[in-house]
Amino acid sequence: MDTLITHSSILIIAIPLLTAFLTPLIGMASKKARNTLLIVSLAFVAFLVFALARDISINGIHIYTLGAASPDLTAPKGFIVPVRIILEVDGMSILMGIIWSIVSLAAAIFSLSHIASETGQNRFYTLLLLMVTGGFGMMFTGDLFNLFVFLEIASISGAALIAFRTKFADTQEGGFKYIVVSAIASLMVLFAIGLLYAQYNLLNIGALAQAIQYTTPDKIALALLVIAFAMKLGAIPLHMWVPDSYAVAPAGISAMLVVSSQVSMYALFRVCFTLFGVTLNMYTVGWIVIILGMLSMFIGVTMAIPQTDIKRLMSYHAISQSGYMLLGVGVGLAVLGDPNALATYGREAMSGGIFHIINHAMYKGLLFLTAGALFYRVGHRDLNRMGGLGHKMKLTSIFFIIGALSIAGIPPFNGFASKFMIYESVYQFNPILSAIAMLVSLITLASFVKAFQSAFTGPPLPEYKEVKEAPKSMLIGMGILAAAIVFFSVFPGLIVHHIVDPATNALINQGAYVNGIMGGTP
Amino acid sequence: MIESPSGFWGPVAWIITAVVALLIVHFIRRRGEKAHKNGVQSETFLMGNPRLPEGETHIRAHNIYWGFFEALRKYYDHTVTAHTGIINDYIVWFIAVIAIVIIILFVAGGI
Repeated sequence: MDTLITHSSILIIAIPLLTAFLTPLIGMASKKARNTLLIVSLAFVAFLVFALARDISINGIHIYTLGAASPDLTAPKGFIVPVRIILEVDGMSILMGIIWSIVSLAAAIFSLSHIASETGQNRFYTLLLLMVTGGFGMMFTGDLFNLFVFLEIASISGAALIAFRTKFADTQEGGFKYIVVSAIASLMVLFAIGLLYAQYNLLNIGALAQAIQYTTPDKIALALLVIAFAMKLGAIPLHMWVPDSYAVAPAGISAMLVVSSQVSMYALFRVCFTLFGVTLNMYTVGWIVIILGMLSMFIGVTMAIPQTDIKRLMSYHAISQSGYMLLGVGVGLAVLGDPNALATYGREAMSGGIFHIINHAMYKGLLFLTAGALFYRVGHRDLNRMGGLGHKMKLTSIFFIIGALSIAGIPPFNGFASKFMIYESVYQFNPILSAIAMLVSLITLASFVKAFQSAFTGPPLPEYKEVKEAPKSMLIGMGILAAAIVFFSVFPGLIVHHIVDPATNALINQGAYVNGIMGGTP
Repeated sequence: MIESPSGFWGPVAWIITAVVALLIVHFIRRRGEKAHKNGVQSETFLMGNPRLPEGETHIRAHNIYWGFFEALRKYYDHTVTAHTGIINDYIVWFIAVIAIVIIILFVAGGI
């Protein structure tokens, strides 16, 4: 078991990568064997993630140096800086890993039925596994250039998955927009990395963090990185590709795209807190993040409420909910230089924002899957043409209610727990921000009341007389996320103390991340 | 349980309270009008008009919250118009925001 834990970080990336290339080969022989391989590999990866999380909670940051005699030997003999590919997994990385492993497993199980009638399923699962690889790589890498490489892997596979159902014209448009936006954002990330490399001759995040000076090119690099990741996470006004892409992707992929966007948010936080940390103008950058968050929250929700395409409505809510995370963590960043404010409310705001990342991944993933179940049965996403489906799709209705109440922040659901932390702590920073966040929550509730009323309530419509409940694998996929929501709702303290607080500490404590790499150099 | 500067959030306590409240509501409801019968008494009164087919009684999504949209028409005129769906515009926003952030970082200066 110890050997497994030692190599777990690379295995978590390598297993889906290897399975991605095995999938089409096995799929040619047997669909059942391919599906089994897919689920078993993702379940094993989830097991490794949880085992690694336990190890990190006991032993601290996990370092894995590829090609070294010992995984914790970060710099080769005779070198004073790390030059090898290094994975560095701390509390924040593993939190994202937990989210990614749960959602990708649920999405894969859901997709077994959801895309069962489509052609090219081998390619679909290959791309899905490549996207999983890209996501884990972004979370675990300790190297800026590899961050770019994994960002590219996740983006390219994501675009292909959005455009997977070629029989629909809008999927091609959605995939095209996603790849253009992703390519430009990635290009800016690469340019920023180039600016940093040209000055410091380093690519390792920990080593760079130790050397960075906040020079003029550094400021340009910071702006490029922050806004490129803000574009990838769908912060307003850089969000317009989100509804175009999320709405047309297969539902399982929409759920994964939500987390993929959150991985970009993780990269944004990593850049601000770990790479630049105390060297940057924290108050200014914190307020930039807060403003992006406030715009995302308010414009996202007000654009969601008029939508009549159920997945576009949910996509705008995904933007809006990202605003809460940016607000919470942005407040933490703004007061990072003020120990009193950080202790009084900054840390709580950050924990609220980070807790909201997990909660959002679960309930928005679930909501997208319920929308996918509706699409699977009625053949469209138009709320104007839906109605009375609760009579036929009782379990899907229950899953929708769980997701909707959670996103609206209704007690006792997990969405309330994280919003509660954000409201209370942000209020001490600026009461107006907190009041707007509460208003947004009310409009979110109104929006999901509309969606539920339109799709599920009312008399059974004659055109949906033959509609049945979603297939079993889709219900299992939704059930996994619903169970996670219920667990997080009933035991929020457990999650906050064991998963969220270590993630907050990992962001705040830049020195621990730097020492994780530089402590091992001769 | 989550503790905050001004209180705490305990979902288990909330759930127990909600269950007790629901039991009280159920108890009161059971003591209600015994003579009530399902059927004609529970049907919607439609002022003598013939009952519409079921599909036509369902309120569709685009009819919901029309007053809200009417009140915020000016806001929506601007925000909806800004969402052109044209990818060139998305990139223009991207470049504009990068430019603004670079200017802010330079004006704000160091730590």
